[in-house]
Parts: sequence; structure tokens; C-alpha cells
Amino acid sequence: MNKEFSVVGKRVIREDGFDKITGRAKFADDYKFDGMLYAVMLRIPSAHAKINSIDFSEIENNEAISAIITSADVPGIKKTGLIKNDQPIFCDEKVVTPGDVLAMLVGNSENELRNLVKKAKVDYTELPLITDPAKALDQEAILIHPDNGSNLIVNHHVKKGDVEKGFEKSDHILEQTYTTPLIEHAYIEPEAVTAIPLGFNGVKIIGSIQNPFTARRIVAAVINLPLDKVQIIQAHLGGSFGGKDDTMCILSARAAVAALKANCPVKIRYTREESILESYKRHPYIMNYKVGFSNSGKIIAMKINIIADGGAYASMSPFVTWRSVVQATGPYEIENVHTEVRAVYTNNPYTGAMRGFGSPQPIFANESLMDEIAIHLGISPVEIRKVNALKNGSITATGQKLENHDVNLIQVLDKAIYAADFQNKWRANKKEKPLTKEFDFNNPVLQDYQYVEPDKLIQKGIGLAVSYRGCSLGAEGIDTASAYLSIQNDGTVYLLSGLAENGQGMRTTFAIIAAEALGILPEQIFYLETDTSRIPDSGPTVASRSTLMGGGAVRNAAEILSGRLKKIVKEEFKLSEEDVVSFRENLVFSRKKGLTAKFSEVCKLAYSLGINLATIGYYKSPSVHWDEKSGHGDAYFTYVYGCQVAEVSVNIGTGEVYVNKITAVHDPGTVINKLGAEGQVYGGVTQGAGYALFEGITTEKGLIRELNFDQYLIPTSKDIDVIKPVFVEGKDSYGAWGAKSLGEPTLELTAAAISNAVRNAVGKRFFNLPLNLEEIVLGKKLCPQEVKRGSLQ
Amino acid sequence: MITLKFILNGKEVSITTEPHIRLLDLLRDKFDLTGTKEGCGVGECGACTVLMNGRAVNSCLALAAQVEGYEIVTIEGISNGDVLSPLQKNFLLHGAVQCGFCTPGMVLSAAALLDQTPNPTEEEIKDAIAGNLCRCTGYKQIVDAIKETAKELQVK
Ligand code: FES
Ligand code: FES
Repeated sequence: MNKEFSVVGKRVIREDGFDKITGRAKFADDYKFDGMLYAVMLRIPSAHAKINSIDFSEIENNEAISAIITSADVPGIKKTGLIKNDQPIFCDEKVVTPGDVLAMLVGNSENELRNLVKKAKVDYTELPLITDPAKALDQEAILIHPDNGSNLIVNHHVKKGDVEKGFEKSDHILEQTYTTPLIEHAYIEPEAVTAIPLGFNGVKIIGSIQNPFTARRIVAAVINLPLDKVQIIQAHLGGSFGGKDDTMCILSARAAVAALKANCPVKIRYTREESILESYKRHPYIMNYKVGFSNSGKIIAMKINIIADGGAYASMSPFVTWRSVVQATGPYEIENVHTEVRAVYTNNPYTGAMRGFGSPQPIFANESLMDEIAIHLGISPVEIRKVNALKNGSITATGQKLENHDVNLIQVLDKAIYAADFQNKWRANKKEKPLTKEFDFNNPVLQDYQYVEPDKLIQKGIGLAVSYRGCSLGAEGIDTASAYLSIQNDGTVYLLSGLAENGQGMRTTFAIIAAEALGILPEQIFYLETDTSRIPDSGPTVASRSTLMGGGAVRNAAEILSGRLKKIVKEEFKLSEEDVVSFRENLVFSRKKGLTAKFSEVCKLAYSLGINLATIGYYKSPSVHWDEKSGHGDAYFTYVYGCQVAEVSVNIGTGEVYVNKITAVHDPGTVINKLGAEGQVYGGVTQGAGYALFEGITTEKGLIRELNFDQYLIPTSKDIDVIKPVFVEGKDSYGAWGAKSLGEPTLELTAAAISNAVRNAVGKRFFNLPLNLEEIVLGKKLCPQEVKRGSLQ
Repeated sequence: MITLKFILNGKEVSITTEPHIRLLDLLRDKFDLTGTKEGCGVGECGACTVLMNGRAVNSCLALAAQVEGYEIVTIEGISNGDVLSPLQKNFLLHGAVQCGFCTPGMVLSAAALLDQTPNPTEEEIKDAIAGNLCRCTGYKQIVDAIKETAKELQVK
């Protein structure tokens, strides 16, 4: 780390902390407006049906209803989507997944509307369901979106060398199939948004919106107004993790349509059940890996075939699966690779962006496989990784040479195994034979041979996983960010960026960067409200790109303004041409003359001289390229590296896996806010442990079973014991002093590390997440046969 | 309609309301105390936690009518104007707040714990907030903040 930093790398308290800790911070549902109405959704309990008619006659004259909104009321485009326009704002022909909305009742009593909506009569015909993604591409499969021509959303591939020849040259071949479940983001704040009609000025929208500019684009297209007539303001966001994008764009559009029709502010807020029902989720993957390797453990060929369940709509599937295809071989240099990833339509809840974005799934498969290779050869998990690890100058599976940054894979691995004393523990715990007893389903009474000695009940295990991750969007699209900075004549500062605070602490990070560049304190910087009418579009807040891209823009803005200030300091204080002016601790220094002035005095001076002290900083990513046809290219302009070690206790009687410790070593480049960075690790690891051990959405006849936190379990304070974050700060020239990405890397490794630890503890490999009780004890997933739940029926 | 009299954040209040609404709605809609959040509506997430005579309860599971004669404290009543309580200050210092949606409930659960058990063990802290879900922080910083507060209060 650069030792000259004065605030970067310190533990800085969140700039929105005071408002949040006192309950004053306004989240989307905390906003109220005069004459505000509510909107309530009409759905049917079906995952695939043709809509014949909707009859509102019983309720249309009811006084509690101000308006009924259907597809016919949508003035602009009727279907939308982040990549493909396949998702209706209101369904009028078919529903293709149980969250689909047919119409909306608007009125001032939400409770009454919820009763009335049950009286709308929908006549529909059930259609055959596709819930198994592996069958979506079968010849006889019904087409979910007939105009797409097939149920294929996208097909990506990467080819390097010749895998078949590589397998011939290999001493050993292993082939395995792994699966991962459907995962809910489970942000604690459910979706909420209010649209306020502004007459000729269009509409203003305040909501729990992750990507205000994406929402603006979609709302404008749906209500058929130019972009400048749609103003989106982001309320404090109660968590997102990638999840408040598509859903919030559509809810914003629905609220806008209703607000313009009713000519009143209209609020939509979801219950937890509606949130889980309609919001998109993380893709389930079915992953087949075949690997050929030499006696020494060098991987010679890897062939990967992945099917991703995209659910009913394309959403971000093309980009999510693109990251998978680029990274599926893991952080290893392999001569012969053939990876194919297909995302398909099914009638399951649709899937899109979620923290990790196409990486947690292949990492689970790939890192499980690496351990299997090690066990097969009788070497340690560390050795197998070192033999194959990416290093400076390595060529990735897509043909990219890794250069211009520290390729710190082996460094993070070494640091992690040392911190956790991995090698010794792994050898001590290692089980050659499975300890869990096979369960006989035909004879469920426990037999003598299934008796477990009490002292054998709890088995300890340790496991590790490593990853590399391309930063920001890569070849997905244009990658730029902007930041507005304005210095007042007393030395205080306004700051705003086009990226959005999702709870991760981005605003604080940006304030630190601006403060560092101006030599002032983060507390002197006032972060303005995120509003699409005040700042240029900076693309979405996704892909752990804020610190890197937005940070680059903030630094650029601060350096433009400090340059102007330095110029007048030289003139005013008659400093020589070669002298160097610097700002520190609210003071201005000349290298030759020392302390020259106070920062605030220079600001006042600049003001009196008519110098412009406001600017928009800008950061554009270095170019990347991708050739979809050959599956080759420099996919991302830089990468980050991580290693996590999991230590677990497995109860082989009950199947319970308890996480004793996760050592998480990450190289995110320069750490800007230590407090925020540690927070990303704790939170990401905890979400990753939920993914490993118990989270999963299941369906019955296409309908979701887990609609609230009584059934969809996320980690509580009691589920994980110790998490130890460790940072290796590799050098990089990009962004703000080489600060890169952290939010997603922290999550993507945990499930793989835990799974390897469980293998170490019980001697048996598990191929299907989550590793819940029944998976460990019975080797299969159990689900209730019928959906019986009060809330929505 | 019923009229309820109770103490809300230290002040005696009286309000006339429909009898069937939840305490959560009473606070958010009638008193505009929007610091109390709704995350699940079924008693699982703890975002709606308030203190009822010093005990942490899920206000989504309590009927408004139950507060008659009780003393209710919400997040708005925890600080002294702009002066943060030691618990609030430690939450910020330890990075126990990210998105902040679970925060009011967490603070109140922690306040109830420290009131009843001034010197809690780590297990007791984890138990006290086990009914408060947080998807952002991973809980470590929250546990640390509570531990530190207990320590400070012991010294005093
Ligand atoms: S809203 Fe009351 S416990 Fe979740
Ligand atoms: S801080 Fe976001 S849910 Fe706890």
C-alpha cells in the first residue's frame, strides 16, 4: 500500500450512518405524498397459461377503485427487458411464470384493493409446463416465447487448443456433474416505488431502485416520453445484491402508467411474499466437467458443458452466462479448453443478476473438481492449484495474456493456507472412506451398522477454493462513469456520481477518494441525492464496478479541480514554475516554501478570481474485445484474485454442517475504506455460506414453495462462527490508485470452500448444493409434496 | 374505533384508531415513525422490532390495541436528539450498518439485551439478535458493537 495516503485505507464511518442509525434515513416505502394512491397486482396461480379473458364487472364500479390498469393502458412499449424485450409490463396473452402480473387495481386503501382483486375473474387455460432446464431444448418442448423460435436464450462458447487431443495425451480423466439451486436475493427491504405525475414535465419516481438510469430508460419507453421527462430519484436502498434492477424497472413503469392515468401519485409496495414471487433470482446451473490431467497434476484438457436455467425471461442471462463461459475453467492455465454455456427459457421464476453474476456456480464445480483431482493423485489441494495456477504473463482460456497488474493468485493462496494452517489440518482430518452411512429408503428403520459412536458424531474438516474474477463489465458493453464535484468557497464540497448506493458504502468510498485528492476530510464532503436529472448516466451499479469505475471518475474530478487551485496558488503566492503544490490536512504546501495557506482560503481566493470550481469527472475503461464466434478475446481489462479457507464441523448423525471459520484472503487492489472492505467480506462470506448450506427456492407445479423467511432460510447471527478477512493489495494502474473490486469475489468462493471442507470431514463428495441436512445424510433433497401456504391463496 | 393511551418514546400519547391494525402500522402510518421497518410481516425478520416495556417485540405481530398503558420505544426514541446513544455510536464505529434496513430493529434488540443482561456473553448477544435478519453485514460487526457497548457501560 502507498504509505503516503492520509485517508485512503483507513477505517472511515459511513457518511449516511447517522441517518440510518437514528431511523431518519428514508427508504422507498417511507415516502408519502398528498393524495397518494396504492396499486395492487392481479395474478393467477399458474406458471404457464393462456389468458382467455379478464372480467372486472363485479368490481369495476366499486368506489374503492380509482383505476384498473391493464396492458391496454400502456402508451409505449408493452414488453421490456434489459437485453431482450420479452417481459410484458402486464400480461395479456399468456402468463409464463407465477410472478406474472395481468392487471393492477389503483385506489387509496391497499387493504380494500387486496380484497377486491380476488373478485376479478380470469378465464385461463393451463399450458404444459417446462420446469426442467435440461428438457427445455427437447424437440417436443413447448415454446415459452414462440417468437424466439426456440427456448434457447443464448449460447456462448470458448475454445482453446484441441480438447479431444488433450484427453488422449492425459494420464487420467475425471468427469462429474454438479448442480446449484435457485437463489433469492433476500434483501431485507422489499420493493417499493412511488410515481408522481408532473403534468407537462412528465413523471418523477422515487423508489428502491438499484439502477436509476436503467429504470429511466425503461419507464420512458413504456410511457412513451423522452428521457428528460422521466426523473428517477433513488431512495435509501435496503439491500439489493443485484436484485433491484429488472423488477424495479418494471414496477416503476407500472407505477408511472398508473400515476399518469389516475393523475395522482401512485405507490406500489410489495409484501415479502410478492417480492419472492415476482423478483428474479440467481440461476440454477447444471454443469458437466470433464478433465484430463497428467500424473504430476498438470491439467491438459478441460471440457465443460453448462445449462443455466434462465426461467421465464431473458433478463441478464446473456451477460451472466458470458461471465461463466469466460471464467469456467477457474484461475488455471490450461492448454486445451472447450466450454459451452447455454441459458434456456423455462416456466421457473426468471433469473438475472445476483451478487456473483455467473461465477459462484462454476466455481463450486471447478473447485470441487480440483480437490477430486488432488485426492485422485494423492497430492494436496494446495499443490494441485499451484501446478496449474495463473501467473503474470499466463494465457487464459479465452486467449488473454495477463499483464499490467499483479496476478496475485499464488500470493493469496499462500497467505490463506498460512493463516489457517491448512496443510496440517487437511492431512489430519482427511478421510479416505465415507463416514456417512448409506440410507436405505426401502427400509427406513435405522440398522445396527448405522449406529455412530457418540465421539465420532462431530467430524472436523477444512477446505479451500481460489478464484480470479474479471473486473467491471468487460466486453459486455460500454464502460464509463461520471462524477460531479463542486467546491464551495469555504472549502466544503458537493459530490455526486452517476452510480448508485446500494448499501455497500459506495458514497463513503467516493467521499474518501475526493478527500484524499483534495487533502481534506471525508466529513467535509456532502454527497447529493441520486437523481437522474442531475448527473450523467454512468451505466449500472453492477459487476463490483463502483469503486473501480466511479472511483476513477471521482479522482478525475478532484484532480481537475485541485489542478485549478494549484495554478492560482502558484500565481497568488508567486511560486516558481518548478515548485510543487500539494494539499494535506486542509492545508496547502509548497515544496520550497512549506505551509502556504489554508485550503479554505485558497477556495475563497479562487471564488473571488472567478475560477470555476465545479466539474464533471469522467472515467472510461481501457478497451477490451471479444469475438463471440471464436470465443476469444481480452474479456476484462483487469482481474482480482481470492482464496477462502473453510473450517467446518459436520454432525454425521443429523447432517448439520456448522461453519467454524472462514479465512478470506482477497486482492481487491488498493483498499479505500478498511471498514467498508471488511464489511464486504463478512457479508459476502455469510451469503456464500447460506448458498452452501441451506438456501434454495423450489417449486411444485411451477409454484414457489418458499415465499417468506419462515421457509426461505438465510443465515442468522448463529450460523457462522469466525470470519477472518485478510487483504493483499496488488498494484494496478486503473481506477483510483488501483482500487478494484471486492463485493462479488467475497461471495463466490465460500460454497466451494465449504463443500471441500465437508469432503475433508466425511470422506464423501457432494455434487449438489445446498449441503443441507438431507443432502448430507440421505444424499438427496426432500421437499413437501404440496404447496400449502396461507399468504397468497 | 378505539382510543389508546400509552407512552411513546417518553411522551404520553393518545390516539383513536381502528382496533384491528398492527402496532407496526400504528407507528408508521399514524405517528409517522418510519424508522420501524417491515421486512416480512410474519415475525421472522425482526426489522419491525420495538421495545414494549423494555422488551423487544415484533411490531408486525402485535395489535395496536395491545399497547394500551404500555411504554413503547422506537428507534426514534433511542438517541437524545442529535446525540447518539453509546450503542448507536458503536454500531457506526464498528461498521455494523450497511444498507441500514435491519438497523433499527437490531439496535432495539440489542438495547433490550443490554438492559436485561448488562454483561452478556458472545452467545447471549448472538441469541438476542438471532431473530433479526441482516443480509448485508454478516453480523460480526453488530456483535462487536454490542460487546463494546456492554464493556463501556460496565466501566461507567
Ligand atoms: S416485519 Fe415483523 S418480523 Fe419481519
Ligand atoms: S444492513 Fe442491510 S440488512 Fe442489515
